[in-house]
Amino acid sequence: MLETFLFFVFAVFSVVGALGMLISKSPIAAALWMVQVMLAIACLYLTLNAAFIGVVQVLVYAGAIMVLFLFVIMLLNLEEMPRLGSFDFRKVVAGVLGVAVLAQLLTLVVVNVVGLPEVPDTEEAVAATDVPALGVAILTDHAFTLQIVGVLLLAATIGAVVLAKKRFA
Amino acid sequence: MDLSWYLALSAVLFSIGVLGVLLRRNAIIVFLSIELMLNAVNLSLVGFAQGFGDVHGQILVFFVMSVAAAEAAVGLAIVIAMFRNTMTLNIDEINLFRG
Repeated sequence: MLETFLFFVFAVFSVVGALGMLISKSPIAAALWMVQVMLAIACLYLTLNAAFIGVVQVLVYAGAIMVLFLFVIMLLNLEEMPRLGSFDFRKVVAGVLGVAVLAQLLTLVVVNVVGLPEVPDTEEAVAATDVPALGVAILTDHAFTLQIVGVLLLAATIGAVVLAKKRFA
Repeated sequence: MDLSWYLALSAVLFSIGVLGVLLRRNAIIVFLSIELMLNAVNLSLVGFAQGFGDVHGQILVFFVMSVAAAEAAVGLAIVIAMFRNTMTLNIDEINLFRG
């Protein structure tokens, strides 16, 4: 019962944050709305008994990525921004497309609702996917992938520095 | 708690991200919307992983987050480089590939 209540609380938080991001005027406000979405999703991970992913979500998304966004927005010193203004033909088409995507995804969920499992909360089901099990799987089965991701992050760091240099193109 | 609620929430968040990409003209807002779509997909992945009791779904989400961090760093560097050249972030006015 508590899980259901918490799910709906954080679901409302995340959807309100996403809509605020969609209609906000300043980029900084949009980034702060996005922080709210990230934190709500981290709490949703906790209601799914995925503690490690929840903590990583707070550290990486709410901590690192959104701070990077805010840093870049303040660096660029944006003053004017076109708001989600008057309706024209292109915006109507975009809205119809977005609603069509939502309808497709929700139809998929509703059609397959019978075959979906419950989220288990028994002791052994939680233990099968807890942090020690995750750590063992990452550092044994997926050790090579972990190394590749390390190289990818190094390459991304070097690429970001080169791209943001003053003399670039 | 039924898994379908998590999938429905994920669908709603993904659609808001799609709307953000299609409606907004600011490069940073478009980028934030892409991050929102990534998060929505992560939520459904973790939901499936926990629903079926398989730890590998969470590992996939972990690697998706690493790649998203790399993508955010490179993407924001591209935004900075674009702003230096064109002094605008309106993606309608940025047409580097138009001869």
